[in-house]
Amino acid sequence: MIRRLAWSVPTLLFVTFLVYIALRIGTNPVESYKRINPRATPAKIQQYIDVNGLDPNYVRGYFRWLVNFVTLDWPRSIKGSREVWPQLKDALANTLRLGSAAVVVGVSFGLLLGVYAALQPGGRRDISVNTAAFVGISIPPYVSAIILQLVFAVYWSRWFGSTLFPTSGVYPPGQEGFNLGLMAKHMVLPTVVVAIQIIAVYARYMRSSLLDVLSSEYMRTARSKGISERRVLFKHGLRNALIPVVTIAALDVGSIVGGLIITENIFSYPGMGKYFLAAFGEGDFPLLMPWMVIIVTSVLVFNLIADISYAWLDPRIRLD
Amino acid sequence: MTDEITLPTASPRKMAYDRFVSHRAAVASVFVLAILVLFVALSPLTARYGVNESVQAPPNSFLPPRANAWLGTDDIGRDLYSRLIYGVRVSLVIGLFSAIISVTIGCLVGAVAGFRGGRFDDIIMRVTDLFLAFPFLVTLLVMRNMLGAIGWLRPIIGELSSVRFIIVLFAIFGWMGVARIVRGQVLALKEREFIEAARAVGATRWYIVRKHLLPNSVGPIMVALTFSVVSAIIGESTLAFFGYGPQAGAGATSLGILVGQAKGAVNTGFWWLAVFPCLVLVTIALAINFIGDALRDATDPRMQKDS
Amino acid sequence: MSAPILQVRDLQVTFHTPNGPLIAVRGTDLDVHPGEMVGVVGESGSGKSVSFLAAMGLLPKSATVAGSVLLDGHQLVGASAKELRSIRGRLMSMIFQDPLSALNPVHRIGAQISEMLRAHSKMSERAARSRAVELLEIVGIPQPGDRSLQYPHEFSGGMRQRVVIAMAIANSPKVLIADEPTTALDVTVQAQILEVIQRVQAQFGTAVVLITHDLGVVARVCERVNVMYAGRIVERASVNDIFEAPTHPYTRGLLASLPQAGVERLVPITGFPPNMLRLPAGCAFRARCAEAIAECEHGVPELRAVGAAQSACIRAVELMQPR
Repeated sequence: MIRRLAWSVPTLLFVTFLVYIALRIGTNPVESYKRINPRATPAKIQQYIDVNGLDPNYVRGYFRWLVNFVTLDWPRSIKGSREVWPQLKDALANTLRLGSAAVVVGVSFGLLLGVYAALQPGGRRDISVNTAAFVGISIPPYVSAIILQLVFAVYWSRWFGSTLFPTSGVYPPGQEGFNLGLMAKHMVLPTVVVAIQIIAVYARYMRSSLLDVLSSEYMRTARSKGISERRVLFKHGLRNALIPVVTIAALDVGSIVGGLIITENIFSYPGMGKYFLAAFGEGDFPLLMPWMVIIVTSVLVFNLIADISYAWLDPRIRLD
Repeated sequence: MTDEITLPTASPRKMAYDRFVSHRAAVASVFVLAILVLFVALSPLTARYGVNESVQAPPNSFLPPRANAWLGTDDIGRDLYSRLIYGVRVSLVIGLFSAIISVTIGCLVGAVAGFRGGRFDDIIMRVTDLFLAFPFLVTLLVMRNMLGAIGWLRPIIGELSSVRFIIVLFAIFGWMGVARIVRGQVLALKEREFIEAARAVGATRWYIVRKHLLPNSVGPIMVALTFSVVSAIIGESTLAFFGYGPQAGAGATSLGILVGQAKGAVNTGFWWLAVFPCLVLVTIALAINFIGDALRDATDPRMQKDS
Repeated sequence: MSAPILQVRDLQVTFHTPNGPLIAVRGTDLDVHPGEMVGVVGESGSGKSVSFLAAMGLLPKSATVAGSVLLDGHQLVGASAKELRSIRGRLMSMIFQDPLSALNPVHRIGAQISEMLRAHSKMSERAARSRAVELLEIVGIPQPGDRSLQYPHEFSGGMRQRVVIAMAIANSPKVLIADEPTTALDVTVQAQILEVIQRVQAQFGTAVVLITHDLGVVARVCERVNVMYAGRIVERASVNDIFEAPTHPYTRGLLASLPQAGVERLVPITGFPPNMLRLPAGCAFRARCAEAIAECEHGVPELRAVGAAQSACIRAVELMQPR
């Protein structure tokens, strides 16, 4: 366990190094800088290179970047020299809000549906849940987003005169300050879109896992003990069926921070997705690297959590 | 006295076929896909106009469905129906080829990893684990840019916006998932007695992989194939959505590009530009998914336990 | 002999399969008296396990059970789920063949036993836990206190089966059904487990139905033996009579097929087990029986007294050859 934790730091460094290389090759940071700032002097360009660790030698450059990053001396964006953290912070907050709402709703509904279906395999409930889940995973998120937008924003207002659920942004334009009600209203459609996918996936996972468990021998033993059917289902059936599902959920949560790009784009939601697309499109290295670090950290941390929770839940698995 | 000793059994292949056929949705999907593919394959005949051809003289943009343009026209007056046919052709090609390549690579790597185990297996597992844990679109875009920036690869994999490039991109992306599936299957089979028996009679490792492990993994491999096709098609449309789709000549389009235009069509009320491409995409995805699911059920060795 | 604690009359179990109805148990009668050890012997598919799974109500819903199973006065066939639940684990328990898959891998051993205790009594958690430790000691698990906190995968096969036995007798049931308890174990461990079962039987006065295909096991511990073939009991006798003077050709075939020291060739029973979906008319063993006559085709033979034993062979008396 300690060894696992100890390994995670080098892994983090290694992966961010790979990301660093990928971004340097893929987005051509220096060229992008010159493109955005055509009148930059060679001195300024050199300063940009130094501050971002863009040395010709990748390894040396990486470490230079790392030092700056860790000491919180972050270089500014290539566009207008804006500070990175305020932008990133807002984007992160928005995405976390959307992501956690969608995950909570999605996973709970998904699990419930999965259990509901598995209790009568092959029956009507099962077939309808399965088919619905199927359709859910076959519809890419932007299609459902577009359909929802069409229905709720465009046509609803045509038929009913007002907009029930807005389709863009966190707040209506011009809103100042914090308003929970408005924020919630704006979050409804994007949350639904993301939740649909999650529900579909988790309903199928849960159903499959529970069916596996229900056909196990120890279920028969549990019944032969004469305990209540509810106890059989919960303490034996669900308890065992949740193990793989929880593990996968942990992994999914880890990637949610960067996984809402499409939905955010369609609903003009200013989150990590929008941040990334804008930065990536411009090749804005100073904006991109911190973003990547957040993503990588999130993935690695939740990978670790997934492993730990799996070992904790299933005593047959023991961490090194 | 002739007594029947056991139930009349069929070969595993027939049993799988029977089980597949009992999934009505999958069978319907096969028909739907077959019709679609036929339509698309006969495209010069089935399309009414060229891919870049205007339906009529201006005014011709944004016309709703009508007699001379069954599904309406787009922003410069091209027939959506015809463009859909050509677009689906491109997308299907991308899906199929990238799936075939990624499944081939994935099978090899997965089989070797599962069979040999050891450090190779460990490394492959770690790498694919991490890779697959990252947000899909981020890795896709970053990889796309990386591949496109490596100059000496260009003759092999084509320009950044070519169909060939996209096929390569999804092939590289997709082999990891397949490798994991195949590895899992090989691990499960490795402990089975017929493998031990093969070893006992002196079969080489390569022979075992070729003759015993891979044929017994056909089920999961076919399933992996179908899901690779779907994910490539949807992936392509995702890329096109953000403007990174394939540009293959004047006015050429893909299903993804057409769906991508749907976003703008929403607010402007030109519903046909949004509805029809999305419908086609969802239908294809659903059909392939149904088939894949039925294949998985049909070839699941666990199912063969009930007798 | 006191009144039987378990009385099975004309038990029929039908499975509704896609290939048609499969009658796995075709009318069996069985008596188990308090405290005795009864063996039920047969091959796979003879219906020996299914009979008792049906009695416990543990068969899937696709199975129909008919007949009568009286346990200590309670009618089990057609009993409500609530009634069955109250009886299972309290009056009648069952242990299965593979102890690893029979135990829930993510619950501790002690917890699984105390669950059994608390299902049928108002014991507190603590009392149940300590009683569980006592039970583990009775079945011969060393350091029962520590081991009750462990998980099934931390035990060896034989130890696991002891745990399963401890769980089954936790509430001092009147009848214990042991379905192939030794089949999955090594030979040396088999003897130990049988010894544990006997010990438990003596201590708690539990009647035991030992289901097995292994005649050696039966010879070791059973007092009476029922031999099943194709869903029916074809011979019933004391253990001595079964081995010394079997009254049914099938039993004789089973005994003859046992490897014997000094005998070079194995003598199997010719033919194959019957297809339960399409049973021939008359005696189900007819096709493989060396002594079959034309009359064996007419009607399924009932168990008839042959001396102290009972046999379903119409030629039993005629063919008796006391060794």
